Amino acid sequence: MIPAEFQYATPPTIPEAIALLQAHQDAKILSGGQSLIPALKLRLATPPLLVDISRIAGLTTLSEAGGWLHIGALVREADLEESPLVRSRYPLLHDTSHVVADPLVRNLATIAGNLAHADPANDHPATMLAYRAEVVATGPSGARVIAVDSFFTGLFATALAHDEILTEVRVPAPMAGSGGAYLKLERKVGDFATAGVAAQLNLDAAGRVQQIGIGLTNVGPMAIRARRSEDVLRGQSPSDALIAQAAALAQEDCDPTADLRGSADYKRNMVRILTMRALHKALERARA
Amino acid sequence: MGVAHGMGHSVKRKEDARFLRGRGNYIDDIKLPGMLWLDIVRSPLAHAKIVNINKEKALATPGVAAVITGADLVPYKLEWMPTLMSDRQMVLPVDTVMYYAQEVAAVIATSRYAAADGVAAVEVDYEPLEPVLDPKKALLPDSPVIRFDREEKSNRIWHWEAGDRQGTDAAFKGSDVVVAEDIYIPRIHVASIETCGCVASWDPMEGHLTLYMTTQAPHAIRTVVALVTGHLGLHEHKIRVVSPDIGGGFGGKVPVYPGYVLAVAASVLTGKPVKWIEDRSENLQADSFARDYHIHAELAAQKDGKLNALRMGVVADHGAFDSAANPSKFPAGLFSICTGSYDIKTAFTEVDGVYTNKPPGGIAYRCSFRVTEAVHAVERMMDVLAQKLKMDPADLRALNFIRPEQFPYKSAFGWEYDSGNYQGALDKAKQIIGYDDLRKEQAEKRARGELMGIGLSTFTEIVGAGPSHTFDILGIKMFDSAEIRVHPTGRVIARFGTKSQGQGHETTYAQIIAQELGIPEEHIAVEEGDTDTAPYGLGTYASRSTPTAGAAGAMAARKIREKARKIAAHLLEANEADLEWETGKFFVKGVPSRSKTIQEIAFAAYTNHPQGMEAGLEAVDYYDPPNLTFPFGAYICVVDIDRGTGEVKIHRFVAVDDCGNIINPMIVDGQIHGGLTMGMAPALLEEIVYDENGVNLTGTFMDYLLPTAMETPKWELDKTTTPSPHHPFGAKGVGESATVGAPPAIANAVVDALSHLGVTNMDIPLTPQKVWAVLKEKGAAL
Repeated sequence: MIPAEFQYATPPTIPEAIALLQAHQDAKILSGGQSLIPALKLRLATPPLLVDISRIAGLTTLSEAGGWLHIGALVREADLEESPLVRSRYPLLHDTSHVVADPLVRNLATIAGNLAHADPANDHPATMLAYRAEVVATGPSGARVIAVDSFFTGLFATALAHDEILTEVRVPAPMAGSGGAYLKLERKVGDFATAGVAAQLNLDAAGRVQQIGIGLTNVGPMAIRARRSEDVLRGQSPSDALIAQAAALAQEDCDPTADLRGSADYKRNMVRILTMRALHKALERARA
Repeated sequence: MGVAHGMGHSVKRKEDARFLRGRGNYIDDIKLPGMLWLDIVRSPLAHAKIVNINKEKALATPGVAAVITGADLVPYKLEWMPTLMSDRQMVLPVDTVMYYAQEVAAVIATSRYAAADGVAAVEVDYEPLEPVLDPKKALLPDSPVIRFDREEKSNRIWHWEAGDRQGTDAAFKGSDVVVAEDIYIPRIHVASIETCGCVASWDPMEGHLTLYMTTQAPHAIRTVVALVTGHLGLHEHKIRVVSPDIGGGFGGKVPVYPGYVLAVAASVLTGKPVKWIEDRSENLQADSFARDYHIHAELAAQKDGKLNALRMGVVADHGAFDSAANPSKFPAGLFSICTGSYDIKTAFTEVDGVYTNKPPGGIAYRCSFRVTEAVHAVERMMDVLAQKLKMDPADLRALNFIRPEQFPYKSAFGWEYDSGNYQGALDKAKQIIGYDDLRKEQAEKRARGELMGIGLSTFTEIVGAGPSHTFDILGIKMFDSAEIRVHPTGRVIARFGTKSQGQGHETTYAQIIAQELGIPEEHIAVEEGDTDTAPYGLGTYASRSTPTAGAAGAMAARKIREKARKIAAHLLEANEADLEWETGKFFVKGVPSRSKTIQEIAFAAYTNHPQGMEAGLEAVDYYDPPNLTFPFGAYICVVDIDRGTGEVKIHRFVAVDDCGNIINPMIVDGQIHGGLTMGMAPALLEEIVYDENGVNLTGTFMDYLLPTAMETPKWELDKTTTPSPHHPFGAKGVGESATVGAPPAIANAVVDALSHLGVTNMDIPLTPQKVWAVLKEKGAAL
């Protein structure tokens, strides 16, 4: 539980942080540290340099502008959990932040880190897939926007280059008739998900599903967007039968592996059950 | 002047002033000048030959002072150490590792960080051997024999039996109904919040060792250290063991672990104090486990439900060495309490202890020597039988309880139960929870397709080891002790042979003395854990502190009171026989104004004692209990099961406990709250899991699932009071009742919820995936 030796830097600006990353190919960015520090303590990661971005100004934005919710890289899970804006307008995001680990972790962990770490067991990737969110990556040549759909590239792998920093997460502001929900099955509080399902949708005036996103947590090498399930419901009045059909497709489209949390069969079935329950809850909220 | 709050008062815990403020003094708070750090290289394999250990890079690591291997210990004959169960255990392996995470080498360095870097730099070449992991297969003739050092070429450690084999066989043959189940009680870990550790400080000038250590039994440990190191010239009078504040023991801090021996060896080697503190994974992976009992349980009854006989066979996985911590005559602990609260005339049990390539142990998990295993098996089987007979499990229990008038009751295995009123406790629990209405609710829910279960556990414990005719550890009788000194101003220092790990001894022992002497408990300082000052005792485990050391406290106080009577007679110029005692003072019969308080008497004991009497007001008592005590309880648990996910939710849990007379009701409630939570843990969450290579998959709190407040339901407590007839103040001990009683109540509730589907038994932990698999198999999953 004692890390190997490492150097530690606290650059005051993004360009200085990027310069450090460019100079040290094996350097790691330290933000909330809630995944990296346990990995260091177990010596699963032995980076020679940690670039701590927590002293960089301007990364704590949490506000709506131009049809987006802007979330800065240093916004903590607890900030999201406690934000009246998030609570009232982004129930899926609020649900998600509320079930990340435990309150001690949430006081430090950041949503940006949760995405950049790209652990398939993390909760926000599925939620951001459901939201069709975007992330802003800032590198030596400035900032670029990456759609979440193309952000995750594999197990612990993203579209970020080594010298890029995820500086912002953008969630589309909710349309009229929106509702969302995140359901996570965990063995005990603070656990990673046995399976998790994020659902975000909106209903048109006739009660038909207009837009819909469904993301799956910890049932594949990375978070999975359940496209076929979305397609079944899009443009339809969501009946119990259609929801069950969408859930059955999610069960087919996930790719879990057996571990202490359960067999692959169990996890597939939990994806089905949670998809049904998440869709019902999202619809309930959309109609409220 | 304060007021004496004796028995039955919910006095706030004296020790909490420091604990709640973060001012406890735990092992890792101890820092000595010049202290070095010890860290341990552990095996990545469950069974392997050590081909080579290369220390060079480690010794070249900045700050590393020394690296110790098994070969280095051979000249000192320290590579093996004895266990409490007359087996032996490796301190460090010389050529073969026996389990995953076993200690392989020790690195001593100038800081904790340097020691960890040194550990990472030690290079060990292993040649893998086939691990023996399944204890049942280990007993087959073709199994590799893992203990190469033993003459007996078998993985069987011992075979133990109790009861009447032939009589039981005959009773089974003559019975209307027989039920049988295989019940596995998995390997679990006490996971106390404070891990194990020590600071060993060798004084080469005086030839004296001070060992600060997280131990539940400091005196016994000192004796064991003297036995291990006597040939090196370290004898018992030159060893001081100090057990500071302890952050939870639960049985895991009874044994001697290799790390302790290594720290002592390192201190002797370097001439400096050496600290060793385990990290969480070391604690979970290498320290003694609990349970791991494969039980085949059978009950035989008449068709009206009256029990005829019980038979239980057990394969007990002890890991690579038998380092359980039982009384020496009881290799399977007190498993023969498995007839439980029931009047079963004929019974037989046999247990085979088996070696496997897993960490050693077989300790308690907040229980008295395998009582939990026994209670789980019999309580589970009572439900199995009720189901078979289509009887309500409460009615089947009522039919078979040992009745109050049968006490003292001699069980089929020879235990003499001191007192009990099992039906009284069950009636109270049923009334509180509304048992009959719950059964109706269950039927309604079942009709709607919902799964609800009601589980009972009407358990009996056997604690307070123990009477010297039967109980010893390595020959040392299991008495316990108290020494009370009343000083001239009436203030008291009382020392005990036990050691609190959170039980609240500083408060409850003071209350015992307050009760007996009428001295305010705040005037009484209770000390434990320092072998230089405390009287010899066997320590705190198996709910034995109140039954043994608490009793010794009362007896020592009574000796003091008798001397005080003589002094009072002298002061009052009265005849001893004419004096009467009223809390805190003696007075002349019929003349209450002619009195002397205990404080006045204490002052006189040093200033004006009678001619011919020794000065002072002190007493020591070594209490040899005449019998064990048998606390009991009736628990009822109600669960709901999610047919979609298999999740079990405890909807209600009523616990009626009877621990005899109570010293401090608030502390007892706290013990039961904690015990119930710790009983729920293995029922629903906790299990040590190994992969097919013997690698521990549950080596952190990510996967070894300790319950939090979020998993804990509201516990509804009540009590009945049936004093122990042989204990000086009628107490029985309570620290472990709830941990023993809770698991079968929960398991019975879950099986009850599924019984209409044909489910008769499920092994704990009842995880969502396990419950869901049953639901799926029975066609009941959503």
